[in-house]
Amino acid sequence: MPDPNWQPRIVAFFCNWCTYTAADLAGVSRLKYAPNVRVIRLMCSGRLDPQFVLEALAHGADGVLIGGCHLGDCHYVEGNYKTMRRFTLFKRLLHDLGIEEQRVRVEWISASEGEQVKSVINDMVEKVGSLGPLNLPKRFAEWDREITALERELHKAEQQAEAKEAEVAHA
Amino acid sequence: MNASNGNGEVRIGFYICHCGTNIAGVVDCPAVAQYVAKLPGVVVSRDYKYMCSDPGQELIQQDIRAHQLNRVVVASCSPLLHEHTFRNAVAAGGLNPFYFQMVNVREHDSWVHTDRAEATAKAKSLAHAAIRRVRFHRALETTRVPIHPDVLVVGGGIAGIHAAITVANAGKKVFLVEREPSIGGHMAKFDKTFPTLDCAACILTPKMSAVRSHENITLWTYSEVVKVEGYVGNYTVTVKRKPRYVNEELCVGCQECLKACVFKEPKFPDEFNVGLNKRKPIYIPFPQAVPQVVVIDPERCIQVKTGKCKQTCLEACADRHAIDFSQKEELVEIKVGNIIIATGFKLFDAKRIPQYGYGLYPNVVTSIELERLVTSSGPTAGEIVLRDGRKPKSVGFILCVGSRDMKTNRWCSRTCCMHSMKLAQLVREHTDADVTVFYLDIRAPGKGCEEFYDRSLKEGIQFVRGRVAEVTDWALAPEEEGKLVIRVEDTLAGFVRRIPVDMIVLAVGMEPQADAQDVRRLFNMSCGSEGWFLEKHPKLAPVSTFTDGVFIAGCCQGPKDIPDSIAQAGAAAAEAMALIDKGYIEQEPNTAYIVEEDCSGCKSCIPLCPFTAITFDEAKQKAHINAALCKGCGTCVAACPSGSIKQNLFEDEEIFSEIEGVLTYA
Repeated sequence: MPDPNWQPRIVAFFCNWCTYTAADLAGVSRLKYAPNVRVIRLMCSGRLDPQFVLEALAHGADGVLIGGCHLGDCHYVEGNYKTMRRFTLFKRLLHDLGIEEQRVRVEWISASEGEQVKSVINDMVEKVGSLGPLNLPKRFAEWDREITALERELHKAEQQAEAKEAEVAHA
Repeated sequence: MNASNGNGEVRIGFYICHCGTNIAGVVDCPAVAQYVAKLPGVVVSRDYKYMCSDPGQELIQQDIRAHQLNRVVVASCSPLLHEHTFRNAVAAGGLNPFYFQMVNVREHDSWVHTDRAEATAKAKSLAHAAIRRVRFHRALETTRVPIHPDVLVVGGGIAGIHAAITVANAGKKVFLVEREPSIGGHMAKFDKTFPTLDCAACILTPKMSAVRSHENITLWTYSEVVKVEGYVGNYTVTVKRKPRYVNEELCVGCQECLKACVFKEPKFPDEFNVGLNKRKPIYIPFPQAVPQVVVIDPERCIQVKTGKCKQTCLEACADRHAIDFSQKEELVEIKVGNIIIATGFKLFDAKRIPQYGYGLYPNVVTSIELERLVTSSGPTAGEIVLRDGRKPKSVGFILCVGSRDMKTNRWCSRTCCMHSMKLAQLVREHTDADVTVFYLDIRAPGKGCEEFYDRSLKEGIQFVRGRVAEVTDWALAPEEEGKLVIRVEDTLAGFVRRIPVDMIVLAVGMEPQADAQDVRRLFNMSCGSEGWFLEKHPKLAPVSTFTDGVFIAGCCQGPKDIPDSIAQAGAAAAEAMALIDKGYIEQEPNTAYIVEEDCSGCKSCIPLCPFTAITFDEAKQKAHINAALCKGCGTCVAACPSGSIKQNLFEDEEIFSEIEGVLTYA
């Protein structure tokens, strides 16, 4: 049952030097954008452990936005290249988990691109909004239930098999 | 984990700042404070008008003492602005400054949202995240790294010269690196300066020779920075010294070699006179050049290009032996603590606006070309003449060429109004020509500038308001024959006019240098969207950059006049000196470290570190991080398969708790 008041929840990880500063600039320039994004500051997008993304999704985020410096502009020389490489692998994992690709997005936004922060956030809120809730915690609960049920059935089947064996042995 | 302050219990103080109405106008601050007050571990939760003010900081300190707080969270502006302020306040209250966390509810919330309920909800969840995170904070110590006292100044225009002299006068060693064969930059090309009409050379030349003779300045002209490594206080810079084929120590600037060159006549465009006259392959950039040393153009010199010249210059130099064709490009490595970038601007290429006919009509010139014509040391010895040698009877100035124009550059170049009025007065002095200035708005904001504008009006210079549509030589009336016609809508008179003149001067605007992006990368700076180097804060840190120890001065940061460039150069010099005299840099303790028990010795982290801070201890079979080299990016932390690398201030627990926090929707 879709909730009419549902709004996408997006967690963002922005690097201190470019994207976080750009978001500050968007503020100083009084640009207006959707309030659905919560920014967590990292020193470099290279610090982004893929676990952070999974953790965010597992705790109810509908999307994750990762912001770093433009390639070649990293404050730490090449951290964003590492992010890019990890992200390429990570996308496959997401796919295997059945999570739509558009829910996790990497953007290179420099310190002067406040306008870009606004358009990326608005665009992402719109795209994730049209995908609907991810609701991974609920899915996890469902999967847990399914697995428990399966285990129970398996257990039952084993018991029956054992009983049968016992019967055969008895006979 | 280590969630306590030794005695077990976490006692958090939370403060949300109204910032006047900047935050409180959109976010319901008392509601956020009430919400936070109920969170576990929170002992005090307040809202206050200005947290960064003295009473605001005092409030934190009092609460730390009165309520035995051991964690503090402040929700206010960006941590990039006030994190240090509040850390200091926390330290003054007797707590380790790193038991502090900041929440950005201004730049990331109240300033970018309009809906009060949504903005308040966002503030609550951001605050919740910080409250969860701050539990895991640990007491950390900043490390002190000594600062190398030498300074590198890049660019030898007026800003670079002034910065170098200021730092050198304070007794510090300075390396001044300039790409061209002489220092002086754009200012050296000017005849007089507005609004005082004092001669540019008279005020610049003494400063240029001061650079040359200063015992603390090492001047490297015809050189470029090619590599920068290290960090504030400890930069290693590689400078490429291009061969000028003349030994700077031996050349006395007698210029006998120029006369002796196999090229009997000057044949190649003279860069200093913007191509208005010619020079030989061996030349001195301009009479007051510093260093007073000739230079050989490798593109033009027959000996350099083919090795088959009679080398008459060598004979002329005789026993001085200053000319040396065996010179090779040289790479020199220097160590400096601070870098001042003063790489300046380039002029807008007037050909980009074809309707003004630059390059098509010979008597359409740029402002810098007129500047060279009007200078007594220029190609015409100060005579303002048309290309055929006649004196102009009428001159038109077109302003905002490549400025304030959506098709080219949007910004105002700030100096062209005054520069044009100065040239207009000089034209009136040197000729009896009528002068008309075509302008959009006259911008004369500097000291003495409005008075200069008044004077220009009184002296009979005509001002026509309107953006010139085109320049044409198509005469429609007898008085237009043989002249250039300016077609313009006179927006004050309200009709389209055709004004015939003999000479047209295009007041070309300023642009970032063509290689500004490369320079930016080299020094790890940022550029604004227009391409000017980005200052750390437009008001409070106008000469700092986001890279500590790298400062900017002059027009590389944006268009400005000479007084402003010098003021910035002085400011940049002062910033550098403040760091040097302090003697050390306090480094953020956000470095990574290895938990040895957990390290499996897989070596995955070692190639990841761009600063080679990670080494492998063969004896222990564990990786080791050198904290002095670590810059705290955290790339290795994210990559460690056993989770044995941790980053201070950005530990996994801290970030995980922050993630959970931002996803608690109240």
